[in-house]
Amino acid sequence: MNGPGPATETPQQADRARTIYEKSVPGRRAAQLPEDGGGPSLDELIPSKLLREEPPGLPEVSEPEIVRHYNRLSRRNYDLDTGLYPLGSCTMKYNPRLNERVAALPGYAGLHPASDDGDVQGALELMYLLEGALAEVCGLPHVSLQPSAGSQGELAGLLLTRAYHDDRGRSPGKVLTPDTAHGTNPASVAMAGYEAVKVATDPNGGVDLDDLKAKLDDDVACLMLTNPNTLGLFDENIAEIASLVHEVDGLLYYDGANLNAIMGLARPGDMGFDIVHVNLHKSFSQPHGGGGPGSGPIAVSEAVEPFLPVPRVVRSGSEEDPVFELDHDRPLSIGRLRGFQGNFGVFVRSYAYILSLGGDGLKEASTRAVLNANYLKRRLADGRAGKYLPIGFDRPCMHEFVLSGAPLKKELGLKTLDLAKRLLDHGFHPPTVYFPQLVDEAVMVEPVETESVETLDAFADAIEEILEEAERDPSIAADAPYTTPVRRLDEVRATREPVLRQPVGSSA
Amino acid sequence: MAEASYPEDLRYHPEHDWARIEGDEAVLGITWYAQDALGEVVFFDPPDVGTEVSKDSPYAEVESVKAVSDVVAPLSGEVTAVNGDLADAPEAINADPYGAGWMVRIRMSDPAEAEALMDAAAYGASLEDGS
Repeated sequence: MNGPGPATETPQQADRARTIYEKSVPGRRAAQLPEDGGGPSLDELIPSKLLREEPPGLPEVSEPEIVRHYNRLSRRNYDLDTGLYPLGSCTMKYNPRLNERVAALPGYAGLHPASDDGDVQGALELMYLLEGALAEVCGLPHVSLQPSAGSQGELAGLLLTRAYHDDRGRSPGKVLTPDTAHGTNPASVAMAGYEAVKVATDPNGGVDLDDLKAKLDDDVACLMLTNPNTLGLFDENIAEIASLVHEVDGLLYYDGANLNAIMGLARPGDMGFDIVHVNLHKSFSQPHGGGGPGSGPIAVSEAVEPFLPVPRVVRSGSEEDPVFELDHDRPLSIGRLRGFQGNFGVFVRSYAYILSLGGDGLKEASTRAVLNANYLKRRLADGRAGKYLPIGFDRPCMHEFVLSGAPLKKELGLKTLDLAKRLLDHGFHPPTVYFPQLVDEAVMVEPVETESVETLDAFADAIEEILEEAERDPSIAADAPYTTPVRRLDEVRATREPVLRQPVGSSA
Repeated sequence: MAEASYPEDLRYHPEHDWARIEGDEAVLGITWYAQDALGEVVFFDPPDVGTEVSKDSPYAEVESVKAVSDVVAPLSGEVTAVNGDLADAPEAINADPYGAGWMVRIRMSDPAEAEALMDAAAYGASLEDGS
């Protein structure tokens, strides 16, 4: 599979994807429903002006056709159960099956979100205990589980920032973000009505302190940071950064995207952060990337606590006989962020993950994530990778590292994208490419803690083989991939002429 | 995308923008290096005619398959025209960055600013240094 691509199509490529609609045959059914359900007619339940005049255009197929259709699609997919997924800044880690089993327990899976507090004491207790565990990991006393994505956690953090300053009679208008920040940071800043101001990166890969000082003034509401940052580097100046921001009455916000590197080793609260969002779908074993809903809880300091979203889960009663309730009576709160309490199944998985690993286990997950990244970084410093893909900032990394494909482009005329596509032929999902933007032709690798040394070696060997092949004939990588269900996609045309709907009955 | 080129008659800004001075007006765009680094451009978001742009600050956005990037003004002034053809054919920014890929025309508010910009040789040398 590693040589130049076959001239003819692979069986998978020849198997043109037909949509479930194209397989539809009128009258074919997977289930038989009684002609008369026995209940009231639709006209009695729904006003006639809201009823369809014609049946919806649903596909009509038999049960084995449905099973085969989706099974076939799933086999054309690449996922964490297939192999390594080294996307940087994503923490696509393997999610233990144990957590799925626990989340599927009927007492959790069958919960109704509108239940009375008294009927769901176990669920509220689980939320209360998960909040406590996250508070411990973050080093901040109070947690809200409401935000249901990292981006919503960011927005919540900025709304809390505004509420905090309003309460002090101040209205600063700017939020600082480093130029290595995730794109969601400035986007959340704009959404919350603040002006985003970029802070430069110093030659060591951290926040440029001189630039930070130049931009800090009374109009700064907050500095948003990821530590370790998007280069996979821990910012050793964090204590000084925190005191500089606090001197102008600003808050320090921690984007938890890279928390996987420091769990049990360092705590954002101890570094001086006031608000933290945690991605349960990155750091705490919730499948993501199309695999399930997210969750972006926020942890905050005492000073920010009065503004947390409602409702909060509170505990009363005795030590032996606790009572858990949802408390809505919080006059300074920024309000609700969503209906009901959040993606509850995520909470169950994350709490099961935390309990099954324990404090020492979480710490070991982080140290292994850091070890794996440093091992792979060292492997790729040798041979052709070291020549064509040098490290952007050469110092010990945390859970991820960023290489620059600039020499590959200059010497062999191949782009980072070509390398990524050729990796597909070697059976690997490619790393993140072209991010962060301050590294030319960036290749961002995050192996995570669950990968074995054999897998890391195989990945490093594949990169070496691709580069060796490219020295002989760069055109092979330039036309890759060859063995995937579809060949190289036309990203430009997909962006310029997006086809977002396929009318029922038409062919793809 | 042809070979790299940096025409002698243009002035260059370190953020990879060029300016063609025409009397008290200037035509602005991005350099060959910038379009090559961006990759294929799929969308150009121009400013409105009449907008004031200021040197070193963003005045427009380009989106490529890789990323959305700010376009930085090499000079200050008022926008007197924008290249409307780029709405339907942003690929001109890749194919002809100094011609059909021009972005805006401005009336300069401080023509002396142009003296601080680089000539083609200095800009080319800055790229060699690894900008």
